[in-house]
Amino acid sequence: MESVISITGLVKTFGRTRALDGLDLEVTKGEVHGFLGPNGAGKTTAIRIMLGLLRADSGTVEVLGGDPWHDATELHRRLAYVPGEVMLWPHLTGGEVIDLLGRMRGGLDPRRRASLIDRFDLDPTKRGRTYSKGNRQKVALIAALASDVELLLLDEPTAGLDPLMEAVFRDRINEERENGRTVLLSSHLLAEVEALCERISIIRHGQIVESGTLGELRHLTRTSIDVELSTPPTGFAELAGVHDLEIIGRRVRCQVDDDVLGGVMRHLALLGIRSLASHPPTLQELFLRHYEGEADRAWGEAGR
Amino acid sequence: MTSFIGTWALVRMALRRDRIRLPIWIVTIAAMVVVVAVTLDDLYPSVQARVAIASTVAANPALRSILGPIFDPTSVGGLVAWRMSFAAMVLVPLMALLTVVRHTRAEEEVGRLELLGSTVLGRRAPLTAALIVACGASVAIGVAVGSSLALYGEDLAGSVALGLSYALAGCVFAAVAAVAVQLSGSGRGATGLAVGFLGVSYLLRSIGDATTGSALTWASPLGWVLEIRAYAQERWWVAGLLFIFVLVLTLAAYLLVERRDHGAGLLPSRPGEPEASRWLSGPWGLAWRLHRTQILGWTVGLFALGAMYGGVADGVGAVLSETPELEEIFRQIGGEQPLIDAFFATTMAIAGLITAGYVIGATLRLRAEETGLRAEHVLATAVARTPWALSHVGVALAGAVVLLLSTGVGAGLTHGARVGDIAGQVPTLVGAAFVQLPAVLVLAGLTLALIGLAPQMTGTAWVALVAFLLLGQLGALLQLDQWLMNLSPFTHLPTVPGEQVRAEPLVALVGMALALGSAGLVGLRHRDVG
Repeated sequence: MESVISITGLVKTFGRTRALDGLDLEVTKGEVHGFLGPNGAGKTTAIRIMLGLLRADSGTVEVLGGDPWHDATELHRRLAYVPGEVMLWPHLTGGEVIDLLGRMRGGLDPRRRASLIDRFDLDPTKRGRTYSKGNRQKVALIAALASDVELLLLDEPTAGLDPLMEAVFRDRINEERENGRTVLLSSHLLAEVEALCERISIIRHGQIVESGTLGELRHLTRTSIDVELSTPPTGFAELAGVHDLEIIGRRVRCQVDDDVLGGVMRHLALLGIRSLASHPPTLQELFLRHYEGEADRAWGEAGR
Repeated sequence: MTSFIGTWALVRMALRRDRIRLPIWIVTIAAMVVVVAVTLDDLYPSVQARVAIASTVAANPALRSILGPIFDPTSVGGLVAWRMSFAAMVLVPLMALLTVVRHTRAEEEVGRLELLGSTVLGRRAPLTAALIVACGASVAIGVAVGSSLALYGEDLAGSVALGLSYALAGCVFAAVAAVAVQLSGSGRGATGLAVGFLGVSYLLRSIGDATTGSALTWASPLGWVLEIRAYAQERWWVAGLLFIFVLVLTLAAYLLVERRDHGAGLLPSRPGEPEASRWLSGPWGLAWRLHRTQILGWTVGLFALGAMYGGVADGVGAVLSETPELEEIFRQIGGEQPLIDAFFATTMAIAGLITAGYVIGATLRLRAEETGLRAEHVLATAVARTPWALSHVGVALAGAVVLLLSTGVGAGLTHGARVGDIAGQVPTLVGAAFVQLPAVLVLAGLTLALIGLAPQMTGTAWVALVAFLLLGQLGALLQLDQWLMNLSPFTHLPTVPGEQVRAEPLVALVGMALALGSAGLVGLRHRDVG
């Protein structure tokens, strides 16, 4: 597979803060890649380096086969960017901004522009300072989606959109995928990434802690089990690979590592199963698992 | 009274944010007054010497126009009040209006005030807090100035009156800014309105004072500030007039607060074009669009400045022939023409300083675009950093050329019409205005250098402009060393009309501007953006 974004060992510091600490990221052509992490994990910094707005301290960054710091303008003809916080010029109208950015990028498709304005329900005659946060976001999204580019860099693009517009956004991203465009979608909204992305990289403290398809990531994780037994539950504490155990009467809820799932199921069968619900981990659970250490530490520090 | 809840918390926060800025203003202005008092005492120790210097000043309409008349030269205090009047007319008002905008509209714009507004905070609290801080600082300056001169041994009533005039000058423009922030939708716009009001006030007063006894002086609040006449049979009722003016403006601001929404101005926003015109298609089109309103406003203002000075220039000699002693001086200096030349040279020097102020503000828009997160839209397209920066600087410099041109044309048209020589006066005075351009370019270069190399310290460009203004105003009086005077680019400009123009200093200034600007561009290309 041809790689569109290829980053290895990327480090970026601001004074004493180490915003990126050896980040590796691989995005291949034609995929919608989820870039997932909490606020302050380094998502925006990484994207701004991919755009050549910030200079990397060390590590290699390749975007569309070029170096974003040296070949910025050449690369920018082939990509479009939607910042996380969209600020517009107070006196320019939304329509003017869409055209201006499109032209500076090297042209935009008027038919797509019109259909996007229609579908996102944007009034293009209003001026920048009168738009709400969500409408400013729409202006930047339309400008990016209407231009004919290979790569879309979207930094938390739905942060200000209402659920209806979020649905429009998802439709558009699925169309972009069919058109063969590559999308890097940063988000802290798990449902959004789960719905849109085939591959995901999870960033934490400036490092990628997990990367792969949703299936691969789930493989690393646990299955949730909610079971009602016909006899009193015993012997669970001795089982390895069982987490977050909760026993209420004859009801047992727990998380089970996938490699010991068979053993746990045999144990349950011996005790007698009345009802059983089991589901693969949601991204939510996956996410919590990556950050539970952090939460523990935060509690520990607060307690001290 | 609930609409004032939280005022004191905001005052404390503002004082914390301004804990360096405000003391610098207060100490600098008070220290200048003391230094000038000591120097004048040293230079003109006797009453005769002081009266003599005052009569030559009275003979110079340009000086009267800039600083106002000398009401009573017999005391050192009287001379100080006259010589330092630009502090009361420019520095204190600027401090006050910038402080009010900074703590109201500018805060509202970045959304910080919204964060506070959702806590327990009365509707009028932010404006009240800003007024308390700005007026408090003005009063502090007045107290520092008045008490230093009283301690130096000057007349107590005069010292109180002088301090009061400084304090009231600040309060008037704090109140002007309080109204301006309600009218305009942005901090930049509000600053523009308030500074514009200051400019018009100064212009009216300076024209009134150039032609003695004119009603124009009384049309300007700055005229009232001087007409308190410290150390010259103080007229306390004028202070009362200013106080009432402050109250009226403040009440107007409070009424306006009730009538507008948070984040919006009173001047309405009309819908615009759904599509960008052909011109709005690249960095230059965008820069022109962003700068054009400002250029238009400043152009009209400077044309008016030039036209009004041009309209009174041929009368500057008339005042002198009224008294026999002055007529003698008048004859010695070679008749009317040198006086008129000097008057225009001074006018153009003021236009040069104003244009430098415009060019710093316009160039700093680059940095405002960056910190306002708008630059990244442009820089994430196929526009590279250098063309982006050049588009803003280019439009700013084109604006500076237009500003100086309109000053010269304005002065040339009105003066030419009075003396029946429009065809001759317009080119002469346009040339005199353009002589200022190299110094203006140096300040543009300095601003760009700061943006590229020290983006956290871009305010230094304003500090430099104020320092150059002070060097020009006080350098000769304080007999500062020539090397210190040479730091200001304005020192190197010829006095035109009336003096031969040598190319070397002007070329050197342009070279310096280019060097500074290039350093800035290189710096910008190599640093992080945002």
